[in-house]
Amino acid sequence: MAAAEHVVLRHRDLPGLDRLETYLEHGGFETLRRVVREKSPDEVIEIVKASGLRGRGGAGFPTGVKWSFLTPDVFPRYVVVNADESEPGTFKDREIMERNPFQLLEGIALCAYAARARVAYIYCRGEFWDLAHALEARIAEARARGLLGPDLFGTDFSLEVFVHLGAGAYICGEETALLESLEGKLGQPRLRPPFPAAKGLYGMPTVVNNVETLANLPPILEHGAEWYRSIGTAESPGTKVFSLSGHVARPGNVELPFGTTFRTLIFEHGGGIPNGRNVKAILPAGASAPILAATDEVLDTPMAYEALPKVGSMLGSASIIVMDDSVDVAWVALKTTRFFKHESCGKCTPCREGTYWMLHVLERLHGRADGAGQVDLLQSVAKGIEGKCLCPLGEFAILPVLSGIERFRPDFAAHENGR
Amino acid sequence: MSDSAVRVGVLRQRHAAAIDAILARYPADQKRSAVMPLLYLAQHAYGYLTPAAIEEVAGLIDLSSTEVGSLVGFYTLYHDAPDGKVRMQVCTDLPCALRGAEDFARQVCANLGIRLGETTPDGAVTVEEVMCLAGCDKAPLFQVQDESGIHYRENQTVESALAWIDEVRRAHGRG
Repeated sequence: MAAAEHVVLRHRDLPGLDRLETYLEHGGFETLRRVVREKSPDEVIEIVKASGLRGRGGAGFPTGVKWSFLTPDVFPRYVVVNADESEPGTFKDREIMERNPFQLLEGIALCAYAARARVAYIYCRGEFWDLAHALEARIAEARARGLLGPDLFGTDFSLEVFVHLGAGAYICGEETALLESLEGKLGQPRLRPPFPAAKGLYGMPTVVNNVETLANLPPILEHGAEWYRSIGTAESPGTKVFSLSGHVARPGNVELPFGTTFRTLIFEHGGGIPNGRNVKAILPAGASAPILAATDEVLDTPMAYEALPKVGSMLGSASIIVMDDSVDVAWVALKTTRFFKHESCGKCTPCREGTYWMLHVLERLHGRADGAGQVDLLQSVAKGIEGKCLCPLGEFAILPVLSGIERFRPDFAAHENGR
Repeated sequence: MSDSAVRVGVLRQRHAAAIDAILARYPADQKRSAVMPLLYLAQHAYGYLTPAAIEEVAGLIDLSSTEVGSLVGFYTLYHDAPDGKVRMQVCTDLPCALRGAEDFARQVCANLGIRLGETTPDGAVTVEEVMCLAGCDKAPLFQVQDESGIHYRENQTVESALAWIDEVRRAHGRG
């Protein structure tokens, strides 16, 4: 992809974009100025709907549609930015916040204008301590220049943006757990419905959007829905920031149009598999999706929301973890299960107890004890979690395990037969 | 700071402006939202969250100490025990493990003569494993939790980590 096609990682084409002066020199906040002066909030929602922008946090839900669910005529409303980036293998929001922070802030303001909100909170994972403090300084800078704050651009639109630091809990990336945490409670998911658009922060209509989603808004409102739809696929318009990690020569974020194949990402942009090895398996959405055997069919699959289910997985947050042929998939299951067992919030019994027992059985498989029958037991425990929890964490926990057993049975059987 | 100095009211006296700034971010009738930033403030003021610090935070936002205590237990970045002065927390989750983070953590500990989760005998550094830090392309990496906050050290080698630990221990020795 030519450099000029960066939509979100524009700092890679325009060095110094993290400085407000530079951002303004390149037309920064002009879109916001034009929109709040010339367009109604409903017009903005219609443009975002028409663009086909889909939420980048993992679910891929159409952003404009999500906004249109806000309960009419109930105020105050809130915008909450999900910057709790914690999925193993995901590090895209961090780059956006560090290197292109003003595009995010402009996106937040556009979202708040459309949602008729006057306060936005950026819920940032606690580990991003330095980043969060830098972001606060940039908010203050933008506010001092009249780009955030009261009566923007001579209108009655006002917006205050605050950073709220989490404190180490993966579950807070789930939007209702995030809202609970922001309200000063344990970060545990709520029963839905009601969805946040009806009853969100403090029980008021709330938009919760991911960092990358919001960073797409300034270019969409500058160039229009049609331009955005000219990139990517019909069902997944635009570009995606793919976080590429694991056994590749050049790990890192790569922004490419939706529909780019795994092969292009891994071999062209990632520099291929090091040490003369071959690719064995791919986790396309961090730890939270079925693991794929890296067949030619899979490698040539376009990375788009609609395409991944056809080969038995999901695009999710598009955190592509690549594993070479030295990797034991039973060990991968041990690693992902350890993560989910640690991060289960404990609210739903099937998830809390199920992840505990899955880990227990996996450790038994990896230990010295006789492993006979343990793979079937693992499958049975995993299936006991399926469809029984409030939020998707329990569901995510079983995906790499069940798909791993199904697609890489010999790796598991080897442990059962005494390693 | 000795425990006797940590009593209810001290935080308010010493950090009044910071407390007011935190409370101002949230609606006046939603003071509870301030609990997480206030716990960070107390943790950095006292080194860890003592029972008195928890009680004081609870008092600032009209919660019970029990409610605040349960939050301290739920979130991993709050600490209610002193441990080492500096926490070195290595991510060993899957993407990092694929790039050698488990060996890295093991070798660092072997060089220090401690096991993962333990503190160096001088009380300077506790080495722990943590879950994904969103730095998978810069593994091995670890985060440092100290009095000043949380900071990342990325693209590490065993040598670079040990050199950094040496520095921390020397500074600790000087008191």
